[in-house]
Amino acid sequence: MTQYITNRIMLTVPVLIGILFVTFVLARVIPGDPCRAALGEKADDEICAAFFKRNGLDKPIPVQFAVYMRQIIIEQDLGRSFRFGRPVSEIILERLPVTVELALLAMVFATILGVSLGIISAYWHNSAIDVLTMVWANIGVSIPVFMLGLLFQYIFALLLKDTFLQLPPSGRLSAGLVNPPFFEAWHWSLTKNSISYNICFFLSNLTMFNAILTLNFGVLIDAMKHLILPAIAVGTIPMAIIARITRSSLLEVLGLDYIRTARAKGIAEFSVVFHHGLSNALLPVVTVIGLQLGALLSGAVLTETIFNLAGLGRTLFEAITARDYIIVQGFTMVIAVSFVVINLMVDISYAFLDPRIRLSK
Amino acid sequence: MTSAKIISQSKEPSSLYQDAVRHLFQKNSAVVGMIMLLALILIAVFADVIAPYNPTDQLIGVEDGIVKRSAPCIHWLGCPANKPQHFFGVDANFRDFFSRMVYGSRLSLLAGIASVTLAIIIGTLLGSIAGYVGGWLDNLVMRLMDVLLAFPALILAIAIVTVLGPGLINALLAIAIVTIPAYARVIRSSVLSVKEQEFVTAGHALGVSPMRILFRHVLPNSITPLIVQATLGIGTAIIEVAALSFLGLGAQPPTPEWGSMLSAERNQVFTAPFLVFIPGFAITIVVLGFNLLGDGLRDALDPRLNRR
Repeated sequence: MTQYITNRIMLTVPVLIGILFVTFVLARVIPGDPCRAALGEKADDEICAAFFKRNGLDKPIPVQFAVYMRQIIIEQDLGRSFRFGRPVSEIILERLPVTVELALLAMVFATILGVSLGIISAYWHNSAIDVLTMVWANIGVSIPVFMLGLLFQYIFALLLKDTFLQLPPSGRLSAGLVNPPFFEAWHWSLTKNSISYNICFFLSNLTMFNAILTLNFGVLIDAMKHLILPAIAVGTIPMAIIARITRSSLLEVLGLDYIRTARAKGIAEFSVVFHHGLSNALLPVVTVIGLQLGALLSGAVLTETIFNLAGLGRTLFEAITARDYIIVQGFTMVIAVSFVVINLMVDISYAFLDPRIRLSK
Repeated sequence: MTSAKIISQSKEPSSLYQDAVRHLFQKNSAVVGMIMLLALILIAVFADVIAPYNPTDQLIGVEDGIVKRSAPCIHWLGCPANKPQHFFGVDANFRDFFSRMVYGSRLSLLAGIASVTLAIIIGTLLGSIAGYVGGWLDNLVMRLMDVLLAFPALILAIAIVTVLGPGLINALLAIAIVTIPAYARVIRSSVLSVKEQEFVTAGHALGVSPMRILFRHVLPNSITPLIVQATLGIGTAIIEVAALSFLGLGAQPPTPEWGSMLSAERNQVFTAPFLVFIPGFAITIVVLGFNLLGDGLRDALDPRLNRR
C-alpha cells in the first residue's frame, strides 16, 4: 500500500517539472510586448529597457527559467503582476476562492443529481423514466456551457423576473452589500503576509463561508443566489456524465448473482440497491468525479466570463489577453498542479476502495 | 426438413463490421443521431442553394426599411406578406441571420472533423510507436502526454491560440494539440495488447520488417476503439472550437461561425434572444448528433455487448 502510494507520487514529479516548463515557455512565446501592455502605448524605449531589467526579462531564456524555478521552489514566490504591481500569490488568494466555491457547488449539484438520476434509471431499466433521464443526460453533455449560462440568465433574470424564482444574472454580491472578513469582525490581530494571515485571507474570500462565520445571513443568501446559476451551468456536463456512469455501473452490478442471493435471503429492497449494489458500483463513479474537475475548470473560464465573476478562469483569460506573463505562469501552474494533485488523490482513493488494487503491488 | 436446415446453416458468416452496422441500425438513438448528422451534412453541402442571401452581405440600402436585430419574419407564420422574409431575423450588421446559420454549418462540421483528424494522425503515430517500441521512448512520449493532460483542455487551448494568434485555423490546431493525448493513449493500449498476439510473433519469425508489422498488422487490428473515440471526439471538438470563438480567439468577424455569432450578440440576450439562442441550439444539435452516433458505435463495436 505504502509502496503503491510512493510510486504514484514519484511518477508525478516529472509531470510537475514538465508543467513548470510548459507554463514558462508558453508565457514567454505569447506574442506582443509586455512592457507596453503594462505601461501603455506611450512608454518609450528607455522606460521599457528599465522595465525589462526590473523584471529580469533582459536575461537569456534559460537563465530566466532557472531564476523562475528557484523563486518558486525555494522562495515560494510566484512573482509580481506587471499590471497590478501586486504579488501573484496575493491575487490567487483573492480570486481562487471564487472558483473554489463555484466548483464545489457545481460538483455537489452534479454528484447528488447525477448519482440519483443514475440510480433511478438503472433501477427502472428500460422504463419511460430511464429513457427520459438518458435523453436528458445526452442533451446535458451536448449543450455548450456558454449557451447554458446565457439561457439561464434569460430564463431566471428576465422571464421569471418579479417571481420568487428570480435570480441575479451576474456578479458575486448585490451592489452595496459588504461583509468584513471574519478575522476583522472577530478582532484578531494578524500580521500581514504571515501564513496564518494568508490562510484566513483565503478563507474569508470564500464569501459564503465567511458569511456563515460572521453570522451575516443576508449576505449568505445573496451570495448563494448569485452562485446558483453559474454552478448549475458548470455542473451540467459532469452531472450528465455521472448519471450515465452510475447507470451503467449499477446495471452491471445489479445483474450479478450475489444480488439475487441477497434478494432471495429476503433483504429489504432498499438495502439491496444501496448497500449491496451501489457501494460496489461506485468505483467508476469516483474516477469520473475526479476526472470531471478538469472539465469544471475549463467550464469555469466560460462561466465566469458570462456571469461576471472575478475568479481564476476569468482572471487568467484577461491576463493572457493583456500579456501579463507572471499571472499567466502563476495561474496556469496553480491550476495544473491542483489538477495533478486531485488526480493523484483519486488514484490513491481507489486503493482504499478496491482491495484488488491495494494487494496487487 | 434436413436439407432446409443445411441450407440455413451454410449462410455466409458475417464480419465484425457487418455485425456492427446491423447493431447500429437496431439502436434508435444511433439512428436519430445519423439522421441529424445527415440533415446537417446536406445543409452544409447545399448551403449555396438553401441560403437566400450571401452570409456576409449587409442588406442596409439593399432592402427598404430593414431594421437591425429585427425578429424573425416568416410569411406562412403570419408575418405580413409585404415585409421581406427573414427566417431567423436580421443581425446587428443588417445581415440575414438564416443565411449565416446555413453557411455556419460548414464551418462547424469542418472544425470538428479537421481538428479530430489532425489529432488522430499525430496521436496514432505517437501512441502506436510508443506502445510498439516500448522502453524509454514509451516512457518519454507518455510522460509528455501526461504533461499535456495535466492542463484543463480549454485553458491550454487558450494559451496555445494566444501564442499562434487568434483565428479559426489556429483554434483548430490548438484543439487538435490538446486532444492528442486521448488518442495516443487509446491507440497505445490497444497496440500493447495486439502486439502480444501470435500473428505478430509469426510476422517476426517470417522476418517482416518492424515498420510493416506495426502499420500493416498491428494498427489495423487496434483501430476499433479509435473509431468510437473519434466520433465522440468530434462533438467535443466542435464545442471547444465554438468556445474559443466565443472568447474571441477563434473565427473572426465577419466569418459566419456559430460560436462567434453567439458571442457577438451575447450582450443582447435580453433584447434579441433569438440571435444568441439559435446558434447555441445549432451547436447543441450537431454535438448531440455525434454523441448519439458515437454511443451507438461503441455498443455496436463492442463484441461483449452483442446481445443477439
